[in-house]
Amino acid sequence: MTDPKITPEIIAKHGITPEEFERIKGVLGREPNFTELGIFSVMWSEHCSYKNSKPVLKTFPTKGPQILVGAGEENAGVTDIGDGWAISFKIESHNHPSAVEPFQGAATGVGGILRDIFTMGARPILNMNSLRFGPIDGDDETARRNKRLFAGVVGGIAHYGNCVGVPTVGGEVYFDESYEGNPLLNALCLGLLRHEQIARGAAKGTGNPVFYVGPATGRDGLAGAAFASRELTEESHEDRPAVQVGDPFMEKLVLEAVLELLQTDAVVGIQDMGAAGLTCSTCETASRAGTGIEIDLAKVPQREPGMTPYEIMLSESQERMLVIVQKGREAEVQRIFDKWDLPWAEIGFVTDTGLMRVKNHGKVVAEIPAAKLANDAPVYYREAKEPSYFAKTRAWKITELPPLSDPQKILPELLASPSVASKNWVYRQYDHMVQTRTVVCPGSDAAVVRLKLSSPPAKDRYLAITTDCNGTYCYLDPKTGGAIAVAEAARNIVCSGGRPLASTDNLNFGNPMKPEIFYQVRESAKGITEGCNTFNAPITGGNVSFYNESPTGAIDPTPVIGMVGLIDDAAHITTQWFKNQGDAIILAGNAVDTADPYLGLGGSEYAKRIHHVKAGLPPRIDLPTEKKLQDAVLALIRAGKIKSAHDCSEGGIAVTLAESCISKHPGRNKAELIGAKVDLSAFASGTRLDALLFGEAQSRIVLSVAKENADAVVAQLKSQGVPAAVIGAVGGDALEIKAGSVACKWNVADLYDGWWYSIARKMA
Amino acid sequence: MKFGIIQFPGSNCDLDKLWVLQDVLKQEARYLWHKDTDIGDLDCIVVPGGFSYGDYLRTGSIARFSPVMKAVADHAAKGKLVIGICNGFQILCEAGLLPGALLRNRSLQFRCEHIFLRIETTKSPFTNAARASQIIRVPVAHGEGCYFADPATIEELKKNDQILFRYVDADGKVVDTASPNGSVENIAGICNKARNVCGMMPHPERASENALGSADGRVVFESILNHLRGSKPQ
Repeated sequence: MTDPKITPEIIAKHGITPEEFERIKGVLGREPNFTELGIFSVMWSEHCSYKNSKPVLKTFPTKGPQILVGAGEENAGVTDIGDGWAISFKIESHNHPSAVEPFQGAATGVGGILRDIFTMGARPILNMNSLRFGPIDGDDETARRNKRLFAGVVGGIAHYGNCVGVPTVGGEVYFDESYEGNPLLNALCLGLLRHEQIARGAAKGTGNPVFYVGPATGRDGLAGAAFASRELTEESHEDRPAVQVGDPFMEKLVLEAVLELLQTDAVVGIQDMGAAGLTCSTCETASRAGTGIEIDLAKVPQREPGMTPYEIMLSESQERMLVIVQKGREAEVQRIFDKWDLPWAEIGFVTDTGLMRVKNHGKVVAEIPAAKLANDAPVYYREAKEPSYFAKTRAWKITELPPLSDPQKILPELLASPSVASKNWVYRQYDHMVQTRTVVCPGSDAAVVRLKLSSPPAKDRYLAITTDCNGTYCYLDPKTGGAIAVAEAARNIVCSGGRPLASTDNLNFGNPMKPEIFYQVRESAKGITEGCNTFNAPITGGNVSFYNESPTGAIDPTPVIGMVGLIDDAAHITTQWFKNQGDAIILAGNAVDTADPYLGLGGSEYAKRIHHVKAGLPPRIDLPTEKKLQDAVLALIRAGKIKSAHDCSEGGIAVTLAESCISKHPGRNKAELIGAKVDLSAFASGTRLDALLFGEAQSRIVLSVAKENADAVVAQLKSQGVPAAVIGAVGGDALEIKAGSVACKWNVADLYDGWWYSIARKMA
Repeated sequence: MKFGIIQFPGSNCDLDKLWVLQDVLKQEARYLWHKDTDIGDLDCIVVPGGFSYGDYLRTGSIARFSPVMKAVADHAAKGKLVIGICNGFQILCEAGLLPGALLRNRSLQFRCEHIFLRIETTKSPFTNAARASQIIRVPVAHGEGCYFADPATIEELKKNDQILFRYVDADGKVVDTASPNGSVENIAGICNKARNVCGMMPHPERASENALGSADGRVVFESILNHLRGSKPQ
């Protein structure tokens, strides 16, 4: 088989611009051959090179005393948690594959992020995810397609994570028209390791052998990184061969073998073959070590005969790793691979030439300076322009919302809205308890896991973890939306009893070549930066996913934040549901933000779901105010004064209160419901009823405390500059809310039914 | 007491079993590799959950052929204890050490949640520490946990008091909706006729510490310890 000639058409087909082609010639000092062109196309794709996002990513706070391995240094960052222990975590997207083949797209997304984590030497102890789909209401063709994508993605995550034995402890799912045709799957994995176990992806030591381990290379996933760096079109289903097929059993074997291998000191460097497969792992490991690498493709296990060097180098077959071994220690490594019955091959060695030299049966088929290939992709400072849709969204006035006359029927509707409703249809498909670490299961503000650092009954330590982003807020004002994503993540950590430690980000946007999209990227990043600085939770790594556009347009900007917090003592672990009859309910924060022209209703679930309006500005966020609130609440939790804490987000105070009444769920078909009697009249004069009940003003937490502690807790909050008031008491079998002349009463069993079963009913 | 926990390729609850036996209950426990055959020193074999050999065929259908399973059969034939949990239950059925089979959940979905179990008999090495008809709250996590056997076998199980656990609602009633998988007669766990081999789909090791929200599952391990203490010369 002869390689195609390099023509302008071939170059364009690889997504390489004429200027980039000139740059490639400059790197090589000659024209690339076909294999080399393919190699450059994947390494210089957005997915691998971050060429369009680097200038933005550089602005993120990535440093801190807790950071052991920083963002971008390795496959994933590593964060200190004390006593010689560390965590490694990262979030990564698999949006395009999930759009064309939801089950395998999602499954391999989970597989990829797991490998990034155990490659660092960490044992994965939890998975999370952040998902977005088009609406699943009704039964028309669009809704059916959205449901199929939703069911497929959830099924794929379950298939992979459950088999590997890593619990999926939580996440978030939102539904919005903007994700129709371009759903989002962002998968997060977190692993635990000792400081001295940190593994590096560097090909050090001239002459050291390079091993390939894992299943044979096939034609699946050819150039997936390049596929992910294009917009989705009507023809995208033809790209289905770019989606890989996952084998979680193989992953489990590779995971165990790698962790066993890293217990020996025979490994010099290790990297998974993820996006851009063999290409990326060879040139990046050589580049990090400042060395060269030489491999012979004839030695690479191949699934089918007749594969070309181009195909072998660009394949994204799953569950494969590249391992650089100390010379003379090969036998130890082989013994471990054999123990786990894993296919392996010695495919090459480290050189001092600085070149990535690829041979096929001894003949050189590609020769590229490794560091330049890995690092010298062009960096683009894209043009940004304020989106023209702002003119329309910001012309909207809150007065255009009709006054709320009957809140009685609105609250059940909001609770049944799929974005707000219980996600048990999702998380009951995930094994969220394997490894016996999960202390707070999905269904509270953040998941809480124990680290099992010592045998019981010794004191253990705990992590709280959450993912957050409201795409609608980001659409209406990207900077505010970015800041709120971070603030809400931190608030969820605090409500669970933790203090924020570090973050990971997944930037999901449309095509960055469009100035209005790039504006969204740049502004969201500003908000994230300010947020991370406020809460001392630097970014430890993450992922960028651009080109999330379908024929109907770009997705709402969705910069997802995953945040981890540390909980020092089991006594601090706090859940969102009310605990005991007679406890006082306290609102910490202002009931309504009078400085917000939209009173918290802009971009709210209420405006979207009930009035079909996606306009205005998102709720205002004042980060110092938020920080004060979080510090004060965490101090009270640590002092043992708080029985429940629940952050106010989508659906406002009414939904928050309802969730605190109905979300304790000890077992199958067994909910422990409890009512509440709340009076918001003190805040009702001079504001709108809809804003008071369903507005989404930021920096609010609903607490419950023992009655005798109520006054002291309110006083304590106020002394820290946090507005606070007792708004009611826990008890009874109804949620009653009074606001001036309006009084509503909902049976908690009815609220529960509509909220718990909503998604299952839509998916039935 | 000495416990052996089998590790098949794809087992993923092996660590949890070791934790509960060694760290929580302070017993001697070690892993058995699927190629091991030397298990004569052990009092109780634990076949853990997971996806042995990927379970891409029928669950447990490949694991039953592994070398260690021959040794487990010999161990059981001597009257020594074997407990299979989740995938372990599936494997023991495939290996013929327990009657019946586990089919796909009727929902066709994986189910992970806390369920309620009723202890159906205390006359077994796996339930002797429980109160009669005690209700315990433990998690399930499986896609193929729907217990099935022909009517004659079910009758036999009942006649011999081999049904150890049934899925019940929170009030202890056997109702269809209490079962996460659609098992025949809500069966969640059984023992063999000789009463020394147990299989159960729920995960008692995930509910053996208060830190996890329920320590109800501990009764299974405490029963085993009771039994072993009683059968050993002091």
